[in-house]
Amino acid sequence: MKNIKKVVFQGLIVFVLIVVLSACSDESKNSNSGGDEGDGQVLNMPLGSEPAELHPGQISENLSVDVLTQVFEGLTRINQDGEPEEAIASEIDISDDKLVYTFTIREDANWSNGDPVTAEDFEYAWKHVLDPDNAHTPKVDRLYPVKNAFEAKAGEVSIDEVGVVAEDENTLVVELESPVEYFLQLTANPVLFPIHKGISEENPDWFLDAGEDYVSNGPFTLSEWDHQSKIELEKNDEYWDSDTVQLDKVNFFIVEDNNTAFNMYQSGDLDYVGDPTGTLPLEAVSSLDSEGTLNSDEKAGIYYYLLNVDKEPLNNKNIRKALALAVNREEITTSIIKGGETPALSLVAPAVWSENEEGYFKDGDIDAAKEYLEKGIEELGYSDVSELPSMAIQYNTSESHATVAQAIQDMWKNNLGIDVELENMEFAVHIDAMDEGDFQIGRFGQSAEVADPLFILEAYRQNSGYNFTNWSNEEFISLLDEAKFSIDSDERYEILREAEEIIMDEMPVLPIYVYKTVYTHKDYVENIDITDLGFVQLKWANVSDK
Amino acid sequence: MIRFLLKRFGYMLLSFIIIISLTFFLMKLAPGGPFTSEENLPKEIEEKLNETYGLNDPWYKQYANYLGSIAKWDLGDSFKSRGQSINDIINRSFPISLILGFEAILIALSLGVLLGVIGALRHNKAPDYVAMSVAIFGISVPSFILATVLQYVFALKLGWFPVARFESFTHTILPALALSFMPMAFIARLMRTSMLEVMNQDYVKMAKAKGMQSKVVVFRHLLRNAIMPVVSFLGPLVVQILTGSFIIENIFGIPGLGFEYLTSITNRDYTAIMGITAFFSILLLVSILLVDLLYGFIDPRIKVGKKEAH
Repeated sequence: MKNIKKVVFQGLIVFVLIVVLSACSDESKNSNSGGDEGDGQVLNMPLGSEPAELHPGQISENLSVDVLTQVFEGLTRINQDGEPEEAIASEIDISDDKLVYTFTIREDANWSNGDPVTAEDFEYAWKHVLDPDNAHTPKVDRLYPVKNAFEAKAGEVSIDEVGVVAEDENTLVVELESPVEYFLQLTANPVLFPIHKGISEENPDWFLDAGEDYVSNGPFTLSEWDHQSKIELEKNDEYWDSDTVQLDKVNFFIVEDNNTAFNMYQSGDLDYVGDPTGTLPLEAVSSLDSEGTLNSDEKAGIYYYLLNVDKEPLNNKNIRKALALAVNREEITTSIIKGGETPALSLVAPAVWSENEEGYFKDGDIDAAKEYLEKGIEELGYSDVSELPSMAIQYNTSESHATVAQAIQDMWKNNLGIDVELENMEFAVHIDAMDEGDFQIGRFGQSAEVADPLFILEAYRQNSGYNFTNWSNEEFISLLDEAKFSIDSDERYEILREAEEIIMDEMPVLPIYVYKTVYTHKDYVENIDITDLGFVQLKWANVSDK
Repeated sequence: MIRFLLKRFGYMLLSFIIIISLTFFLMKLAPGGPFTSEENLPKEIEEKLNETYGLNDPWYKQYANYLGSIAKWDLGDSFKSRGQSINDIINRSFPISLILGFEAILIALSLGVLLGVIGALRHNKAPDYVAMSVAIFGISVPSFILATVLQYVFALKLGWFPVARFESFTHTILPALALSFMPMAFIARLMRTSMLEVMNQDYVKMAKAKGMQSKVVVFRHLLRNAIMPVVSFLGPLVVQILTGSFIIENIFGIPGLGFEYLTSITNRDYTAIMGITAFFSILLLVSILLVDLLYGFIDPRIKVGKKEAH
């Protein structure tokens, strides 16, 4: 008995020693886990979480877009200047009334298994999304500009009546509901990507894992999908423009924690860190900025507060304007956010309308704010600020949302004498409360998915989409309708400016700052393209000096 | 013994049903749903999705469906990760948490008992103070701070270990250490206290008086009797390490089950919440039972099932 105990105990000690020793010996093997010898050019990037799905027509969130844009290609692609240009379509013919688009599919456009990409693949993919029996299509509205698309999805007309027809193998004719100016931007959006008709019909689950059936037509193929851990892309030799593509392999490592991703970047496990596939930690932003290695690219998105116009005192336009003018945005962007963001004084970001750098009002105009406040108090029938009903800013849990809210709380107190409370909620609870109209001032942010003012302003047509404010305005709606059917760019611009002016005068939305795509990368990483919509494109990237 | 086991299984089943029922109703009460996102879904699409996933059914039907799927252990597909079944997710991520947990428990147990014994044998002397300082440090420093410090020092500054991810044995060392520190400290204190108590027992004095070697006394009499509280701590500890590892898993980018559990809650991924909760509660209930059985094995005075027989 005594000996057995002794053996067991000594065994345990030996085991622990082995564990410790093998840890040390293992290390030499793994110190070079980047493994770039022999693989050619390898780019390692973080991915903030597991993408929900990698089916272009069924996307529900942005990280899927960041992967799919590398793996698939639509009729058009946003080029490095931010303009849509021909991609799978070699020629695009637009009718004079801007209602009929005829796309000629490239002869040399192939799927990764060697099959040619045909017009039918597009027709099939779009109709797949519009099929009323297909529930998993959260972003179906990207297709609604196509004639009868909305009606088909609602089950009101047959899917055959949708305005997309493959005339022959290489010709796709699309008929639109209205002359949407941004249609060629939409064709670069994953929802309008093609899918391989033959494979999808044979195996409807083709997109659930990497493998033989995951056939794509973009610069890269999906070679491995290790769930919650890593997504690996390989160069697609069948891609029509594969000579341009320089990377041989891309590893997306799924790392949820920002600090961890940044540490991995510092230790050399990652070549790139930050937006859009991850987020830089707030502390890292300022230190990178002082080192001069921070990149801050323009982005068509705005961080703002939604004001519920059904709740007193926010039902009063002058009170809303007073709140908006009493915020000193410059102070927020320079001393809190610090990623190169700029004050937002409009709804449409300057990336879309550069004149919006000036905006519709003056930042931190305290005197004007006080005047509006007095007017508002009078209109509501109160005699003093202190009599105003209490208000609360509601935001989802995050360090930066909290700091911004505290700063604004302070500004309103000092500049207007208005006390507001802060309510911090978990994300889903926050969105749910706003959806129910159970909020006064709610934090929100919107990155446009199409860099077009009409697309952005459409959200405020009624109480839907990004708009939880209960605000609606007849004149605003009729201007949007007018712009929708305008085929003259200048005229359309004038109409939309007028519409934006109305909403900025009514102020149901209080813009705070303009988002930037904030990231950093190693010196040897070149030509990673970030679109104004904040999506990454690796088609042109290279790490040849690694 | 069989009667005892049957009775215990009955209680386990009852607790299990209570746990999953409570989880179901709390989950349904929580605002938001699996399809809540910043961009409001078109109403017709949301309706369609709810219908497809049976979220439009009355609560008792959904409840019955969940109970049925758990009984069959066919936990359904995740709401968030398309096409991945919860069974697959558990099968994929549990082994990872298990490896990590096993390493952590091994470290916690061996170092914890060692520190406790040293502390007790050198009571109120320098080794005792050192051991207990380590223990107090372990209890008072939260694991995520320790994890961050370990990662910064040993991975980033010294470069001895990889920063994050789960690929080889080296990748597991820092997270296992971070995970083990708190239970190690707890075990050390537990062990020390109970050793001190046992050392004052008559039979120990007797053994020493008989002139037995102190090594023999320590191993045969002291350790065996003093380890009891540690054994009872082991059951909850196993589950605590397996379920509570999500912060560590998050910091080290490890795709374990604790991590899946946390994300399922923020995502309101109903099937995942229910499935993983069911899995963890079975784990907890079984390990508590095992510990009770282990008592009888270690301490012959405790006859499992005897009390009930009276």
